Formats: sequence, C-alpha cells, structure tokens
Amino acid sequence: MNGSAIVASGLRKAYKDKIVLDGIDLDVQTGTIFALLGPNGAGKTTTVNVLTTLLAPDAGKVVVAGHDVATETKAVRAAIGVTGQFASVDDLLTGEENLLMMADLLHLPKAEGKRIADRLLDRFDLVEAASKPAASYSGGMRRKLDLAMTLVGDPQIIFLDEPTTGLDPRSRRTMWEIIRELVADGTTIFLTTQYLEEADELANRIAVLDQGRLVAEGTADELKRRVPGSHVRLRFTDRHELDVAARVLHESTRDDEELTLRVPGDGGVRSLRELLDRLDAQSIEVEELSVHTPDLDDVFLALTGHGNKEISAR
Amino acid sequence: MNAIAASLADSATMMRRNFRHTMRNPLTLLNAIIMPIFVMFLMVYVLGGAFSVGTDYVDYATPGMIIMTIGYGIGPTATGVNSDMTTGFINRLRVMDVSRAAVLNAHVIATMLRTLVAIAFIIGVAFLMGFSPSASFPEWLGAIGIVVLTVLAISWLTIAAGLAAKSPESAGILGVPLMLLPFLSSAFVPADKMGPGARQFAEYQPFTPIIETLRGFLTGTPSTGTALTAAAWCVGLALIGYLWARATFTKRA
Repeated sequence: MNGSAIVASGLRKAYKDKIVLDGIDLDVQTGTIFALLGPNGAGKTTTVNVLTTLLAPDAGKVVVAGHDVATETKAVRAAIGVTGQFASVDDLLTGEENLLMMADLLHLPKAEGKRIADRLLDRFDLVEAASKPAASYSGGMRRKLDLAMTLVGDPQIIFLDEPTTGLDPRSRRTMWEIIRELVADGTTIFLTTQYLEEADELANRIAVLDQGRLVAEGTADELKRRVPGSHVRLRFTDRHELDVAARVLHESTRDDEELTLRVPGDGGVRSLRELLDRLDAQSIEVEELSVHTPDLDDVFLALTGHGNKEISAR
Repeated sequence: MNAIAASLADSATMMRRNFRHTMRNPLTLLNAIIMPIFVMFLMVYVLGGAFSVGTDYVDYATPGMIIMTIGYGIGPTATGVNSDMTTGFINRLRVMDVSRAAVLNAHVIATMLRTLVAIAFIIGVAFLMGFSPSASFPEWLGAIGIVVLTVLAISWLTIAAGLAAKSPESAGILGVPLMLLPFLSSAFVPADKMGPGARQFAEYQPFTPIIETLRGFLTGTPSTGTALTAAAWCVGLALIGYLWARATFTKRA
C-alpha cells in the first residue's frame, strides 16, 4: 500500500502566550506505524487532538484519510478511531455493554453489533470478564477494552495516545502484539509515547517532539545513530575530587551540582576496568558508579542539548 | 439515517447508559432521598415548633423541602459529567460524531427523572407527617410545573459546571450551595422574620420566589406576580446553564 494517511503542515497552536505547537509537519504513510516520541508537556496530546478533529489549530493544514480536517470533519471522523491517554471506558457498565454502546452509537444493526462485540472480546481475551463491570478490570484489561471500543467502528487510521503508559511489562507486550496485528491488517497507526523502547519496537518511523517542535524524524536506526552510546556515571563526595577526576577523564562531561561525571564508553567490562584503573592510578575516590545504556534522556540530550527534565526528575 | 433520527437514537443510547448508572449505583438515589427526609424530620419535629408561621409547620416547610431535595439529587450528575470530560469519554464521543445534544440531553433527562423520583418520596413522607395541601387540580398542575422548571434549570447549571470543573472532586462540591441556599430563603422561616442582611438576601435570591410560588399553589393561594418572577428565574438560569454547557462542550478537548 502506498500514499499518505496523515499529512500535516505548519501546525501551530498556542494557549494564551504559551506556544504548544510551533510549526509541525508530518507525513504518515498508509499501513505503517508512526510514533511521536516526547516527554510530558512536549505537545503530543495537543498534536493528537488537532489531527483527530478535537482541536482547531491556530495555523496549518491537516489532511487525514484524504479529507481536510477543518472542512470535511465528518468524513475524517468516519475514517479514524482514537484511544486517549486515559482509558475512557465506562466503569459502571460491563465490558460487553461498553462495546455494545459503541455499536449503538455507530448505528449498527443490533445483531451485527453483538457479533462485533463478541469477536472483539474473544480477540482481546476478555470473554471471561465480559459481564463484569469495567471498574473491576486491571489496568491492562481497561486499556484492551478501551482499544476494543475504538475498533468497533473498524477505523482505517487509529490514534493511540500513550497506549502503554502505566502498564506493567507483560500488559505492555500484549498491547504491542495487538498493535502489530492491527497494522498487519492494513490499518495505519499513529501513536505517541514517552518510551524510546516502545517507538523502537513498533514504529516504522519516529518523530521526536520537544517543546512544540519536531527535533528529529526518521527510522529507529537513523535516530539511534544520532544518540551517543552507553556511558558511565561517577559520583564524588566533594568538589575537589570532582575537579581532579574531570582533569584525568578529559572526555567526560561534568555536573557541578550533582557532583557527577559522565564518561562515554561502550558499556563493556574491559573499558570499565580501564576506567577504574585510571581513577586508581590517581587515587581518586568514587562515591558511586553506575553504567547507563541510552534512553529517552540521552536522545533528548543528543537532539536538543537539554535533558528530559520531566522524566529524569522521577 | 438523517441527522435528527441519528441524534434521537444517540440520545436514547446515552440515556440507557445514564439509567444503568443510577440503577448500579443506587446509593446516589438513596442519598438524594434520605438526606432531605432527615432535614425534614429535624425541621418539623425538632425546630419547627419554635417558629410561628401562621399555619401547621409541615404545611409551611414542605414546599421548601421539595425544592431543597433538588440540591441533594444533583451531586452524582456533576461528578458524572466531570469524569466523562476528564477521562476523555466525551472526546471519544466527539470523534464518533455523536451529537452534543444527545450527550447533554441524556444527562439532563436522567438528572430530572432521578430528582423527581426523590421529590415524590419527600411528598409521600410529608403526607405521612400530616401535610394537608388545599390545592385544586389546576393548582397541582401549577405546582408540578414550577418544580419541573426548577429541576430543569438546576440540571443545566449543574451539567455546565460539571463540564467546566477541573476534577470530579471539585465538581462534587458544586451541589453544596444548592443545599444551603434554601436555608437562606423563605423555605423554613418567612423572610420578614430574618435579621437585616439575611432578609434582603432571602428576598432577592431565586429560591424565595420559587418556593413562594410552590407554596402558593399547594395552599390554594397562588400569586401571579411571584409565579412570573419564579418562572423568569428558572428560564433565565436554564438558558445560562444551557449556553454555558454548550460552549464548554465544544471548547474543552
């Protein structure tokens, strides 16, 4: 399949004097997974809201499924499905009732609605829980039901706003499998995430969003080439030790406030031993040592020159 | 399916949902009934004897109790509407092209029915306590009319405030003024017996003409002027609530 499922150009959005989207251009190919990667507050949800007709941008043009979002809203809505950041299921209704409610709102015939609901419950392994209220579901089950509700309308393009945030690792893997199956059936997926790993696992193309701007776009491999490898983080007891160490390890970057040094390396045992030998040779005392592999924080540091504060604060 | 038929079908779907909510959470209805009954016992049996109002106190207090019951019934509507907004449920509906009217009307109708059921209970209890209205059939219709109009106005205001509130918790507090305002009206004590300040407030707040109108109908002494003032308040408040709810629904994504 080819052609663009989503094309956005020059999207801008501001709330009072706070600029949320500062000129976003996107092109998502039909039948692919596109990930918008960024920390909290980068503008991911605002982007999703604009692309899904919920929010009018201050400037820019969006075409989804071949229709202009501003002038052909109905046609766009008929082609898309959206699963928001929070599982928006009805807690007091059962899983099955939630799905049947969606079928009713889509004005499907009763029998067809029932058939679709049964199929989705079966597909998402929710048959046993079908007649229990959604309030009793686990986080993973709620997300699955939420996505199932989106699928009742059989949308061509699905938007998933942070589909795995807050899920345990097993539920996250299940969700990933479901997303892959959807794409195998020809659906286009636009997802947002805070996790580099998730974008890496799923997406054909990744765009990195920072403070309302796209700072990079490409395949996972292309982005990783721009991210430094692993590094060793050394923490010292006082400023003097830090000064001495920084002089010895001139390739490192220092953080005076935290009393830490960040030494690039390949994460291997040999390079770690060499590093320790160099410190020993100068009798430098290290308070704490940790080995880091690249994460979203590193992507941001590499691409934007500043850390991902929201996440590193946790 | 044309737009009107679609909107009606959606309203019915959303209404089924709201009814299920009430049935599965019967505590909301129970709370709406038990609290006003408790206040009524307190007013009639404990405090009422001390007030001289010129008639049987239960006859005097019942119209106020009926209006007060509305305030106890709307809490679940405010929190329900707000959690629909904050959890993204309303966004889901908007992307599905479900009409704004269907979502909001279903909430209004469900709230009205729940509140009217609670009011019916309160009237029943009032009769058991010796309430003896002297209204004719048309006056009963007038009484029902003003109650329905008041419930409509408060329902729209509650839904608007629920949509606009930051969290379900803050939405839940919205009912409190509505529970307290009747105390500062002629519900339990005639306004002219109140101290300065409280008296002026009681005379000019909407609950006083509404309660006076209801009392007039139930005691068979309706006053057209008061009834028109009460109706104007209700229509005005309903309109403000409706326009506010509409604007918030469209704007807040």
